[in-house]
Amino acid sequence: MAKITFPVEASHIMMFARAIGDTNPVYHDAAAAKETEAGGIIAPPTFPQAVAQFDPDYHLRPKPGQKWFGSGKTPSGIEGKPPSSGSLHAEHHYEYHRHLRPGDVLTVETHPGEVWEKESKRAGKLTFRERITEYRDQFGALVITVRSVGVTTERPVDQG
Amino acid sequence: MALKASSLKVGDTHSERVVENLSRTQIVQYAGASGDYNPLHHDEVYTTQVADYPSIFAHGMLTMGLTGKVVTDFVGDGTLTRFGVRFTNQVWPGDTLDAKATVLAVREKAGQHYVDLAVSTVNQDGKEVMSGSATARIDP
Repeated sequence: MAKITFPVEASHIMMFARAIGDTNPVYHDAAAAKETEAGGIIAPPTFPQAVAQFDPDYHLRPKPGQKWFGSGKTPSGIEGKPPSSGSLHAEHHYEYHRHLRPGDVLTVETHPGEVWEKESKRAGKLTFRERITEYRDQFGALVITVRSVGVTTERPVDQG
Repeated sequence: MALKASSLKVGDTHSERVVENLSRTQIVQYAGASGDYNPLHHDEVYTTQVADYPSIFAHGMLTMGLTGKVVTDFVGDGTLTRFGVRFTNQVWPGDTLDAKATVLAVREKAGQHYVDLAVSTVNQDGKEVMSGSATARIDP
């Protein structure tokens, strides 16, 4: 897969921390963050996921001039059942060598991992797909590794 | 302040209510910040009529993000070396989530002290929505 350049910015970290309801000053207040053990603003542990903003081809973001599978005039903008409607997030694992700071410019690369199947009462046949993503900083050092597992279900998960 | 190995013991816990009555707006806020605009997380028409779910639901990563606060409030800023979870049930608008970190081990490796935590997040019905583990560097 193509490499993505992910510039880490203070305002983006602030917005992300707000979205996860985390008011810790280490994510938005430079002066207060300087007094913490982190020594300055850092990003919350799950911030690396926001790399999606910098993926030019990210399939879960509407793009000008392209059909979007969400609703508009009709319940879906695409005929038939969109391929991604059954995909859910099953697992997510971070390994941190250091935490991200505003000013970091990351190079992010994702590789497919293992694929396996399992039978489930609640959603039929499950297909699990693993993806390994490596985040390297502006000095080439590996800072974060993510192992993510997505699951495609045969049918929507039964809520019973 | 960093945690100290000397003041921790296996079984110690730290819990917080990480969200009360989760709003659709907060889910939208997360979509905007993370860049994940999957309609399953904000588009009720698509989600109920095309994808056949009873309602829109939260991103798994929002649950992980909300839960991350419990871990970092416990272990301190910038000390996590590992954080991994499994999403076990969906999180819906209106849910109230409580997250808990429990000390599994306090150990030393190559002169550095670490704490291993079990992490669990449950909804208002006591149903686990996410479970996992984390490791952080701590002081001696």
